[in-house]
Amino acid sequence: MVQTWAHVGPRRQSKGPPPSRDPVLGFMPRGLMSDLLARIAKDKDNDAFRQLYETFGSRVRGYMMRQGADPATAEELTQETLLTVWRKANLYSSEKGGAAAWIFTIARNLRIDRLRREVVWYELTDEMAQAVPSGDQAVDDIVAQNERQLRVRATLSELSDDQREVVTLAYIDGLSHSQIAERLSLPLGTVKSRMRLAYQKVRTALEDLQ
Amino acid sequence: MTATITRHPDDATLMSFAAGSLPEPLAAAIAAHASMCAHCRQELSGMESLGAALMEQTSKLGPVEAIAWNPPRVVTNMAVPTPRWHFDGGEQGARGELVPNTAVDLPQPIVRAYNLSLGTIAWKRLGPGMWHHRLDLSPGVEGDLRLLKIAAGRKMPIHGHGGCELTLVLDGAYGDETGVYWRGDIQDVDDDVEHAPVADAELGCICLIASERPARFRGLVSRFIQPWTGM
Repeated sequence: MVQTWAHVGPRRQSKGPPPSRDPVLGFMPRGLMSDLLARIAKDKDNDAFRQLYETFGSRVRGYMMRQGADPATAEELTQETLLTVWRKANLYSSEKGGAAAWIFTIARNLRIDRLRREVVWYELTDEMAQAVPSGDQAVDDIVAQNERQLRVRATLSELSDDQREVVTLAYIDGLSHSQIAERLSLPLGTVKSRMRLAYQKVRTALEDLQ
Repeated sequence: MTATITRHPDDATLMSFAAGSLPEPLAAAIAAHASMCAHCRQELSGMESLGAALMEQTSKLGPVEAIAWNPPRVVTNMAVPTPRWHFDGGEQGARGELVPNTAVDLPQPIVRAYNLSLGTIAWKRLGPGMWHHRLDLSPGVEGDLRLLKIAAGRKMPIHGHGGCELTLVLDGAYGDETGVYWRGDIQDVDDDVEHAPVADAELGCICLIASERPARFRGLVSRFIQPWTGM
């Protein structure tokens, strides 16, 4: 059976007060992502996985397509990214970064391996985290990581148009600094300084959480 | 003997690595540095969070059709790329921290990717007091990745760069106009910089050099050797 997320019915009604709405994810209550990962890790909870897919599927797919994947390949890589989440949720540790950041790194690594066919010069967060099953995570860690991701997200709105443009070209379109410089007809140094300025805002936002 | 990692890559270079858009040879050098440097691993984590936030917004960047969801048990046996290496603790070289230099060898990422260790490298002579060992890149990838061994006190040929170049010290030290670089330190230079490094007078230097484009060595020695080495 194939379901399409556009056709999924209204969210299940929960008891008690409605969860706070996430400003970007809309229907996704804060903290739910790490919670979903924990449910997937502990019980291989299909419903939790479906929610995760609904939240991240279109984003991962959009990410793959921006790098030049055709729709079928983007679909395949999206499935693969989220299946990796499914299979490795028990190895995920919030100590190593937020759930969203973990999923980003999985998608990024797949993109390098499959779309660029280059060496994946990265550790996978889950491989670093093997000693800490997610079920045993401290609540503090989950809260801190959610806070961290929320702050980074808020930082995006503080970026100037110039800064947003270069970080988007680097992170989403997968362009090197030299390629960005060429694309925007800018000196390489200007591209780099815009990147640095963008990150300084992130660093400042996270300072007291490190 | 101890070394202190005080020279880190440019934030912009680390960001490009976190973004997955750093050219492969440079990514190798950053991975090698990060395996020795807790400070940079921490920075990379923040930079990956930025990637996650940007990825969340991709659906705003253009229309993305709804995707079908298949229950995971239906889709099986999909291969997941295994990174050629992963951090396993290793040296904890935070900024200003002392890093014991007792068992000097290549950084784990290089060891794993190329199945190499310092003792097994088949060095090729590049010139008087200079040896190198080229490391293969993926097919179609531009640039240059090589290990360079320079005898004590030996000057390296003056060179400029096409694009970015990273030099990571693996053993010994070298100095140039910008200062001295010890084990774990990385020098991150743009294409508008020319430098003429000199290996430490007692220790010599072994380093990993990564460039986005083939390095352009100049000067007498390099003009002499260029036809045979491709440098």
